[in-house]
Amino acid sequence: MLIKRGAEAELHLESFAEVLHPLGEGKVVVKHRVPKGYRVKELDLPLREGRTCLEARLLFDAKRAGVLTPPVYEVDRENMRLVMEHVEGRTLKEVLEGMGEGERRRIYRKIGRYLARLHRRGIVHGDLTTSNLLLSPRGELYLVDFGLGEYNPSLEARGVDLHLLRRALQSVHFRVAEEAYREICSAYLREFGREGREVLRRAEEVARRGRYVGREERGALLRNGK
Amino acid sequence: MLCLGLEGTAHTLGVGVVSSEGKILSHVSRVYRPEKGGIHPREAARFHASQLKSAVKEALEKAGVGLRELDLFSFSAGPGLGPCLRTVATAARALSVLTGKPLVGVNHCVAHVEIGRLLTGAEDPVTLYVSGGNTQVIAFEEGRYRVFGETLDIPVGNCLDVFAREVGLPPPGGPAVEELARRGRRYLPLPYVVKGMDLSFSGPLTEALRRYRQGAALEDLCFSLQETVFAALVEVTERAVAHTEKGEVLLAGGVASNRRLREMLGEMCRARGASLLVPPREFCADNGAMIGWTGLLAYRHGVRQRVEEAVVRQRWRTDEVEVPWRTGRVKTKPSHP
Repeated sequence: MLIKRGAEAELHLESFAEVLHPLGEGKVVVKHRVPKGYRVKELDLPLREGRTCLEARLLFDAKRAGVLTPPVYEVDRENMRLVMEHVEGRTLKEVLEGMGEGERRRIYRKIGRYLARLHRRGIVHGDLTTSNLLLSPRGELYLVDFGLGEYNPSLEARGVDLHLLRRALQSVHFRVAEEAYREICSAYLREFGREGREVLRRAEEVARRGRYVGREERGALLRNGK
Repeated sequence: MLCLGLEGTAHTLGVGVVSSEGKILSHVSRVYRPEKGGIHPREAARFHASQLKSAVKEALEKAGVGLRELDLFSFSAGPGLGPCLRTVATAARALSVLTGKPLVGVNHCVAHVEIGRLLTGAEDPVTLYVSGGNTQVIAFEEGRYRVFGETLDIPVGNCLDVFAREVGLPPPGGPAVEELARRGRRYLPLPYVVKGMDLSFSGPLTEALRRYRQGAALEDLCFSLQETVFAALVEVTERAVAHTEKGEVLLAGGVASNRRLREMLGEMCRARGASLLVPPREFCADNGAMIGWTGLLAYRHGVRQRVEEAVVRQRWRTDEVEVPWRTGRVKTKPSHP
């Protein structure tokens, strides 16, 4: 069953037995990077394969860094599919504003810790929104969709990651955005330590410069890998 | 109401006469062609200055209106090459003072979107704006034209032009590359750089030139370069469409005349159930009509500028522009410092 159609992939909810093994139970999520008709095959195939493998690695490494992500059952490099555990639960986007204050704060702190753990491991998520955070009925917080993620330990990438989260909060949860961002940042600092301060500063800078940096400045940023 | 728009951000000097009903009465373009190499900003500005008088005259004649019948002047205030912008702004101020009619400075990138909306009937599109000077994916959100993705280094048109020049193809480079690409058969892998929503074209350019010096067939290289950089453009556009859930894609800028790019975008749109809209070729490229039309939109929705405020902004960002004609709101302060 198709549950989501993103720009580059489709998410399907399937039964474990059908996709992986007849003795298995429950549901799996299949993320299928579909072929793009506008791209020549010689470009399309390696792109989809590279991204599928990268995402699997990121999900796995994130888990090792102490961030709850859905376990990957299978990386199918023939059909460019990732088969993952289906996380029961609802997106934070749906439930955040209905929560009690204490529970909200618990979640903010957890997000801050998750982010620091990812960044310390050299991972940036690239698309931190409350739609990509799932809350299971047992209260566990899962981070999903590493489709725009990468291994990038630069200050710039980390700052942008944090900034994107802030933007997402402001646009969808403007009522609680400020308290959320404050709490997330303080948890981030506690987990990350001194280096985290630099990242927060960079995130502020990214916010100030908006969507666009003068060409020279950007070029310099790219060259220095900052 | 009639407006005369002056475009001069790069190598094109454009003059257009447009009515507030959206009728383009005339438009005249004069294009500066350097003898060799790329655009020299000062040379281009000198060219514009030398052509301005006759181009304005020709536009008025074609439109069948006299200078005194105009109600408004507008000019491309940025972003663009400083000397070119200043030359055209000076002309606009002079015309305004001479006739006693108001003038407004217009953002060049927003003007590309607006003329596209006018001519294609697109209501609320995601715009892929690709030229020799700019590469942006633009969509209207939260009261502004937001840049969803853009190049981190060189514009895509510049990538194609420089490649053409370096391998000795005659200008204009883009069409020359397109022509040869049709005969290309073999895809040679080039760096494909999409970072989130942003793009980079210096990598594929450098690698394509390196392969050329190693003796790769020029047809194959043109083909591979186009396939690589266009695929990246289409991918970022698709991301913006998926994110904003808009049903229209508008193509603008000089590179919009490339048939392969249109074909690829069309393919993406078909798969997503969106429609692709492309203005006539002459209005994809830089032109005076787009400046005239956007000037009218701004003026009629309350944007005012005194002559001494009508200065250029070389780095005027698309998302800094107030667009009261879409939000229905006007700030009391003039929107251009």
